[in-house]
Amino acid sequence: MTQRSATHVLTGTRIRERRLAMSRRQADVAREAGISAAYLNLIEHNRRPIGDKLVGRIAAALDVPVEELSAGREEARLAALREAAAQVPALSGHAMPELEQAPEFLARFPGWAGLLIAATRHAGGLERQLIDLSDRMTQDPYLLTTLHEVLSAVTSVRSTASILAEEGDIPAEWRSRFHANLSADSLRLSTTAQSLVAYLDGFETEGGTFTPQEEVEAWMAAGAPDLSDSADLASDAARVLARAHLDRLEQDRRRLPDASLAQAGDLGDPLLIAERLGAPLDLVLRRLAALRPPGFESAGLLICDGSGALTLRRPAPDFPLPRPGDACPLWPLFQALATPQVAISTRVVTPQGQAFDTLSHATRSQPQGLAGPVLTQAQMLILPAREAAPAATPVIPIGPACRICPRGDCLARREPSILAPGLHGPQALTGRPHPAN
Amino acid sequence: MMLDILMIEDEPNIAEAVRFILMREGWRISLHADGAGGIEAIRAQRPRLVILDLMLPNRSGEEILADLRAEDDLGLAATPVLMLTARGQTGPAAEQADAVLSKPFANDDLCALVRRMLGQGGDGG
Repeated sequence: MTQRSATHVLTGTRIRERRLAMSRRQADVAREAGISAAYLNLIEHNRRPIGDKLVGRIAAALDVPVEELSAGREEARLAALREAAAQVPALSGHAMPELEQAPEFLARFPGWAGLLIAATRHAGGLERQLIDLSDRMTQDPYLLTTLHEVLSAVTSVRSTASILAEEGDIPAEWRSRFHANLSADSLRLSTTAQSLVAYLDGFETEGGTFTPQEEVEAWMAAGAPDLSDSADLASDAARVLARAHLDRLEQDRRRLPDASLAQAGDLGDPLLIAERLGAPLDLVLRRLAALRPPGFESAGLLICDGSGALTLRRPAPDFPLPRPGDACPLWPLFQALATPQVAISTRVVTPQGQAFDTLSHATRSQPQGLAGPVLTQAQMLILPAREAAPAATPVIPIGPACRICPRGDCLARREPSILAPGLHGPQALTGRPHPAN
Repeated sequence: MMLDILMIEDEPNIAEAVRFILMREGWRISLHADGAGGIEAIRAQRPRLVILDLMLPNRSGEEILADLRAEDDLGLAATPVLMLTARGQTGPAAEQADAVLSKPFANDDLCALVRRMLGQGGDGG
């Protein structure tokens, strides 16, 4: 079964489930949607493709939001189910879930699927929190220093108290000195213990179930409310990231005001916009993603540093984005890192067949002068593809991340997929040449 | 007169208590309070025993111990070292120490260990 037909299975089954849940007759819904009952029957049994317009009419007939029936929302939830399945190898004694039945499961039992997704995310959050706390316990310089301080004070108190208690004849000068040392050490112990307790208390509130980056993403998804009022920003690190994000937005806005960008937005091509405005392309890409003028309403933006680590993840709707820390090596964003100052226009296609037009561009800088390090940053503007790709535009099949990517013929695979049996990558093990070689 | 013990310890109150305890036992003891200059102090004073804290500012006890064991003067390089550590804190370099004592320690245990390492009781004060 192809990915596209799997989507149709989803939509048809979903329509049937919703209709039956409402105790509506097939003929009534079909009439309201302007199709025959026989055709609706074929659709419900996934034997006919269904276009977006017809989905909209059937949604109206069933009185449900079109998103309830459309594929995009379900694809995101399917991806979340695959993420959940990816956890199985870590759980001993559990058989691999029936991945091929995930669409059916999602369509038939949306509540249970939602619960599974939520539980998996919660468990993932707790796992990250545990790792975070473990790292902090073993590597946190503040904890190490504070515990050393406690240990030193206790050692001093124990030795000094023993001397005073057990040594009979102690010169007055020494006795006085030891009393002063005891007083100082007890005060030091008291202060350090209070600091330690306060610090450990902070673990519970700071070490939430998300990474700081995820907190910032949730905050951005909520419309970037005032930092002091945002419940999404639980950790200090997330607030620092959010503040830096706002500062950068403001700096960008000053350098390229909304009015200027709006005037040039009709050009469509970001390079032409940059040329007309005399602005650097990286600034134009960020401003287009932030302002989203006409023609860029669904724009997404990914930014990575020279190591390839994503520092901003604001995807276009339905763009397959995995959990933080993971990515598809075929995203043109990473190609841009190797060819800075060159704009790379690429159409990418997801495993589900959704196409996006991307424009990637990397910049290099030396903010500390000649003696400083060279810093690289790449950006990728993402737009849902609206037209057929020009003949010269390369089309790259991409995925979310290897572990939850079903592509069996990908030469960039670095680890086995849970979605396609027999995909064992990485390349070094299969002996196939890497596409870059 | 030859120095019995050089203690390298940055915590002054611990150093003071240990100094008092060991002086009462008759040992001649000198103190050095920083990791920096630790190996130079050992070279200059050539003690019979070094009591070395593991966590020191500027240069750790492990590094000083490694410096000592690498000395060209084999007699100096073989100087007995008693390492003071937190429990479970010893690393590979600390294994070159002749003895390890975990903080906090009992004064009697410290005295017994020093007596055993130096082979006899002190005679100075």
